[in-house]
Amino acid sequence: MPMRRIELSLPTVHCAACIAAVERQLSNRPDVFGARVNLTLKRVSITAADVPEIEDVLIAELDSLGYPAKPLDSAVLAMAEGDKAGRDLLARLGVAGFAMMNVMLLSISVWAGAEGYTRDLMHWISAAIALPAVAFAGYPFYKSAWSALSRGRLNMDVPISLAILLASAVSLFETIKSGDHAYFDAALSLTFFLLIGRYLDYKTRATARSAASELAALEVQKARRVTDDGEETVPLDALREGDILVVAPGERLPADGVVTWGDSELDPSMLTGETLPQSVGQGSIVRAGMLNIAGPLKIRAEGLGEETLLKQITRLVETAETTRNKYTSLAEKAANIYAPAVHLLSLLAFLGWGFATGDWRLAINIAAAVLIITCPCALGLAVPAVLAAASGRLFAQGVLLKDGVSLERLAEIDTVVFDKTGTLTTGKPALVNADEIPIETREYAAALAQHSAHPLSKAIARAFSSTLDIEDIREHPGFGTSGRLNGVELRLGRADWCGATSATQTAVWLKVGNAPPRAFLFEDEIRPEAHETVKALKAAGLSVHLLSGDVPAAAEAIAKAAGISHWTAQASPAEKVDALNALAAQGHKVLMVGDGLNDAAALAAAHVSMSPASAVDASRSSADMIIISNDLSEVAKAHKIAVASKRRIIENFSIAAIYNLISVPLALAGFATPLMAALAMSASSITVSLNAMRIGRMK
Amino acid sequence: MNILAVLIPISLILGGIGLFAFFWSVKNKQFDDPKGNAERILSDRFDDDPNGR
Repeated sequence: MPMRRIELSLPTVHCAACIAAVERQLSNRPDVFGARVNLTLKRVSITAADVPEIEDVLIAELDSLGYPAKPLDSAVLAMAEGDKAGRDLLARLGVAGFAMMNVMLLSISVWAGAEGYTRDLMHWISAAIALPAVAFAGYPFYKSAWSALSRGRLNMDVPISLAILLASAVSLFETIKSGDHAYFDAALSLTFFLLIGRYLDYKTRATARSAASELAALEVQKARRVTDDGEETVPLDALREGDILVVAPGERLPADGVVTWGDSELDPSMLTGETLPQSVGQGSIVRAGMLNIAGPLKIRAEGLGEETLLKQITRLVETAETTRNKYTSLAEKAANIYAPAVHLLSLLAFLGWGFATGDWRLAINIAAAVLIITCPCALGLAVPAVLAAASGRLFAQGVLLKDGVSLERLAEIDTVVFDKTGTLTTGKPALVNADEIPIETREYAAALAQHSAHPLSKAIARAFSSTLDIEDIREHPGFGTSGRLNGVELRLGRADWCGATSATQTAVWLKVGNAPPRAFLFEDEIRPEAHETVKALKAAGLSVHLLSGDVPAAAEAIAKAAGISHWTAQASPAEKVDALNALAAQGHKVLMVGDGLNDAAALAAAHVSMSPASAVDASRSSADMIIISNDLSEVAKAHKIAVASKRRIIENFSIAAIYNLISVPLALAGFATPLMAALAMSASSITVSLNAMRIGRMK
Repeated sequence: MNILAVLIPISLILGGIGLFAFFWSVKNKQFDDPKGNAERILSDRFDDDPNGR
């Protein structure tokens, strides 16, 4: 039977019982040959019979078990199979560790005082172990150093490679000449410690990348197209101009177009930031990305080329990304100063000793010692160890970091700009005039609202309860809900349908018999943690702005509730970008927090940006960080962690510098021994790693 | 000092076995799911193949 591998994302697995439940359930099926949960990546990989629709069947099965599953697209799948780079680094690390320990053991007998033939024997055996190990394990450094040099630049890997190779060469020469000192152990421990840094660095980035691509995979949008023999589900790029598409309530419109059938209301908040729903009927022009909240619609797709709003926003994002300034990370800055300084120092030592004593063998020995001792063992670990600890900490809290540099950017900000709808607010309507509504009216409304899936009805049903028994309840898609109580007709719905004139605010009307209709007014509910978050950010010395696409009244109300004094309303996507550029021109470093399609370009233009997991795809992909837990207070916490990480990185650089300040003069003076190099290197690497781990324990 | 001729090869062979075992475990994807491994030890199901076959 042909087999197929299927990878599913399982965001809710978290314990041993979950693993057992999922694997047992799947393995009991006759068409599944094997299933394995990966708890680290929150995924299950399944080997199943290659029959049509197998993926959907398995997803339904897992859903019924209480684990919502999402298919991963083929690009993610290819990446999951290809964690070769990680395994490759791990193998090199293993070789370096093995060789280092063995050579260290042999070296100890030399340090303990072995002389003559015994010492030479130890050196020869060390060479036999060290040379192949150095060649194999150090390969990633040589490769990176070579690619930097061939482009005419210096990076951290250049002094590293030079130190490893020079130390090995000098040691081999000394061994042949039966000299006193061989640095095989130093060359290997250097490789070993630096590979740890490299591996941490790789793991941090790989975890972030896989989580980010999984988020992207969650929103593979499809459209339902009407054809001659019914409906078919097609990917968005297969849509053609003039296709008739079906959009059920609760779905987003897949394309711009014109309504050909049905009445409904559309929520444009993701597109424009406005919270007031728009009523649409036959002939209305609608935009991709709007949420259908009331009745089913059929639309005719139009303007699929360059003209869709989505495409225009994508273009804005691209321009913003290219104009974003190049950022030099702390590690690059350190390498830019460090690499030339070290090379110069060791060259000077070589020339100085050579000319002063005429003993070139001694001179090259001292130059090698200087390179080994100054070699950025601690520097190579200083940044990756902190970033691994910090991103692990953030991930546990529910913030996903796309790359380490954004953490450094976040530490530098002095201004935070929030979007309103969906960011400072929950994006869900809440009833605001409950106090003005008589008890009796509340009961009627609640009784009708219970039977409707419309978001405004749901908000009424949440606010009030009812025990009334209403007969003949009917939903009128796009209009409202009607029913009968003791022969009197009740209507809950749109203004014109209930005989009222529409308000400027989001509202639902209730009409009882012939009595004048009554309005239920709604406002977008502010997130409960918004005020605290703004307060915490202000306490950290940041100025906070609100930049909304909604009408001024709504923006002002939320700004007041959240405690924000600077607010701007009715900003278009392009104006949002301009506002951020203006702040940047004044020398501010801005963190943008937003979720809508209208924020996507602003997110890309900001110094650093965050978006909640509920955000639209385009915003999530242009944001640097994603708040997976959907809790706004993470913004303040993440900033705190970023500031602490930057401090830790600088501390680590200082620790490394202090070790160098003590040992470099000794090496220059020619007092350095292999024992000293080994001690200084291990001690400084362990100190910086321990210092980095303090991030994980921070309150 | 002749004892070195025996002891050094022995230590290298033992270390080599360790290295080989490490390679084997990396190749068998035993380092791909550290969190899962920590939890799986609590399960009473027999589990000997991280490839899930």
